[in-house]
Amino acid sequence: MRHLLDTKTLDRESALRILDVAEDMSDTQSREVKKLPTLRGKTVVNLFFEDSTRTRISFEAAAKRLSADVINFAAKGSSVSKGESLKDTAQTLQAMGADAVVIRHSASGAPRTLATSGWISAGVVNAGDGTHEHPTQALLDAYTIRKRRFGADSRGRDLAGVCVVIVGDVLHSRVARSNVWLLSTLGAEVTLVSAPTLVPQNVSQWPVRVLYSLDEALAEGPDAVMMLRIQLERMSAAYFPSEREYSRTWGLDAVRAATLPGDSIVMHPGPMNRGLEISSEAADSPRSTVLEQVTNGVSVRMAVLYLLLAGERNDERGRDL
Amino acid sequence: MTEALVITGARLLGNDGADILIRDGVIAEIGPGISHNDARVIDADGLVALPGLVDLHTHLREPGYEASETILTGTRAAAAGGFTAVFAMPNTSPVADSAGVVEQELALGEAAGYATVQPIGAVTIGQKGERLAELGAMANSRAEVRVFSDDGFCVFDPLIMRRALEYVKSFGGVIAQHAQDPRLTEGAQMNEGAVSAELGLAGWPAVAEESIIARDVLLAEHVGSRLHVCHLSTAGSVDIIRWAKKRGIDVTAEVTPHHLLLTDDLVRGYDARYKVNPPLRREEDVLAVREGLADGTIDIVATDHAPHPSENKACEWQAAANGMVGLESALRVVHQTMVQTDRLSWTDVARVMSAAPARIGMLAGHGTELAAGRPANITLYDQSVAGEFTTAELHGRSENSPYLGRELPGQVRWTIHQGVVTLADGEIVEDLGARRGAE
Repeated sequence: MRHLLDTKTLDRESALRILDVAEDMSDTQSREVKKLPTLRGKTVVNLFFEDSTRTRISFEAAAKRLSADVINFAAKGSSVSKGESLKDTAQTLQAMGADAVVIRHSASGAPRTLATSGWISAGVVNAGDGTHEHPTQALLDAYTIRKRRFGADSRGRDLAGVCVVIVGDVLHSRVARSNVWLLSTLGAEVTLVSAPTLVPQNVSQWPVRVLYSLDEALAEGPDAVMMLRIQLERMSAAYFPSEREYSRTWGLDAVRAATLPGDSIVMHPGPMNRGLEISSEAADSPRSTVLEQVTNGVSVRMAVLYLLLAGERNDERGRDL
Repeated sequence: MTEALVITGARLLGNDGADILIRDGVIAEIGPGISHNDARVIDADGLVALPGLVDLHTHLREPGYEASETILTGTRAAAAGGFTAVFAMPNTSPVADSAGVVEQELALGEAAGYATVQPIGAVTIGQKGERLAELGAMANSRAEVRVFSDDGFCVFDPLIMRRALEYVKSFGGVIAQHAQDPRLTEGAQMNEGAVSAELGLAGWPAVAEESIIARDVLLAEHVGSRLHVCHLSTAGSVDIIRWAKKRGIDVTAEVTPHHLLLTDDLVRGYDARYKVNPPLRREEDVLAVREGLADGTIDIVATDHAPHPSENKACEWQAAANGMVGLESALRVVHQTMVQTDRLSWTDVARVMSAAPARIGMLAGHGTELAAGRPANITLYDQSVAGEFTTAELHGRSENSPYLGRELPGQVRWTIHQGVVTLADGEIVEDLGARRGAE
């Protein structure tokens, strides 16, 4: 695997390989000594142009448990006018000998630009770019769904027939996009539920169904309900009238959560707005996987870094994974 | 006195071969077998002879943004593309919203010597859309401005637009509108549609262009004025213009070469060379603007040549500047999209790239037919060749062309501006400003 830029172009075989390696990584994490020597001598740079403590420390933990050296680079202000350009930053990291760059950026496509520009030879992992993709989040979500469903028997299995409902601001969500592609590739049936203003104008080519009613979607008894974080600044841009109306219409409150089948899970990528898109009852219930997602995130990111840095550079598919 | 020239064997508008004698900047004679003693002979056997091309929409960047382009480098690019006249958009620094700036641009164009530079004046002061600039002063200046535009920005306030349309009637001017509803395009990065949904880039919806065009043609009808629509890019816009013309509204429209060829699929790699405003649209839109140009709904092709230094393109998409250079490639793209597809003949190309833009811009001495007594503005084009478009073909200061690495037909071989060769067998003639100044 050369880079991990998106899940749109990730095929089923490659996705399953990452999930299965993540299973192996997870097994090592129950040992007393969690640290593996695998990436000793490799340097991983966390290049974060946007604040995200959760994602950064997850990648940091993953890299450190594989014995890689980690450099955290918080680069704020990314445009040409506001500071150092992406190109200069990339070339600086190249000069310092980075083996992998984990990039979080507010501009959609910045990881691809970094990976394809020729500025840098390191592998690039997209840790969230604008409103485009967040592939490791989708991988950890798929891992979590699979683990809940198949337990110790997860290896090698896809998500055929699993019904997943994704609720919230799809328009601005990189988590939603990455999940749509990955979950569909793995065979899941994906339903998007949102206000019409928060669905992209043309999703005719997406392998999903779009509903505007959360109650209608929940009545079908989905296997997993994924709540997206709603950003309050959307309110001023007239995407929805008020916090209360949003919560009332698309929030997962205790009453709605109670209608779900017993083994359905409730997911959230965090950080949660308790009382807005998700109630505390739903977030803290046994069906909630919020903390499992965090734990699994480390295993999945270990798998990605392992495949990027220890795997064959020229794999048989010969393309960006 | 300029040297006398004899062009031999040129196919006039792609038709029969003929010789053209040029003396004192004027076509002296056209016909078979012309010989002239002291004339320099240009062997144009098999080349298509077109009237010198006229670009109604060029960004020359000077004054103010000389890192991107200057009037000298931009007109060299024009000559390389077969253009003998370019209209310079006013989004310079300072903005060309006064007689002083437009006269400066005119003078710089004359000093450069590669093409006629006709300044376009800003509609509003500083292109801010609030107060009318001194349109009359620009019209009465030595630059004799007749086209006014806030290009880059839409004249969004309907009352300001109405007043501008009315005001320029006194000197026969025209408002060239950049049709873009600013509220519907806040933060917009690319065409809104299936591709933007996937890429997570904020959308620039077709309706933001179409609603302004619809409003403006109705305003033009109401006040009985002339309107020109810049870089029309959507199928819906073509329909609105078609409707307006049928209704008798005095409107003209332009399309860029890139909107005739490229689609928003190209954005998938986030290569900012494809970032432009209005954005690249869908395949359906490309086909619709081609049809619109073929049936006369769209009057002209204009380049929207928009140079940017590499640092404004070699960056993340969102931070990149809008715009593409287009002077050197325009005729070849029109050849590919319109002539090779049998939508336009070379006679039609002469109309949409020379006669009509000169007429819309009221530029005398350009866009005239190839006939004795007319100004000698001539482009000689080899339609028989094809090749990869490379930076070697770019003659401006910037290299932000979307066609690099792409196969394009044809080659501009000679450009003659007012009887002076500016492009000789594919090579830019050096130091024309000094030479012409001395004459």
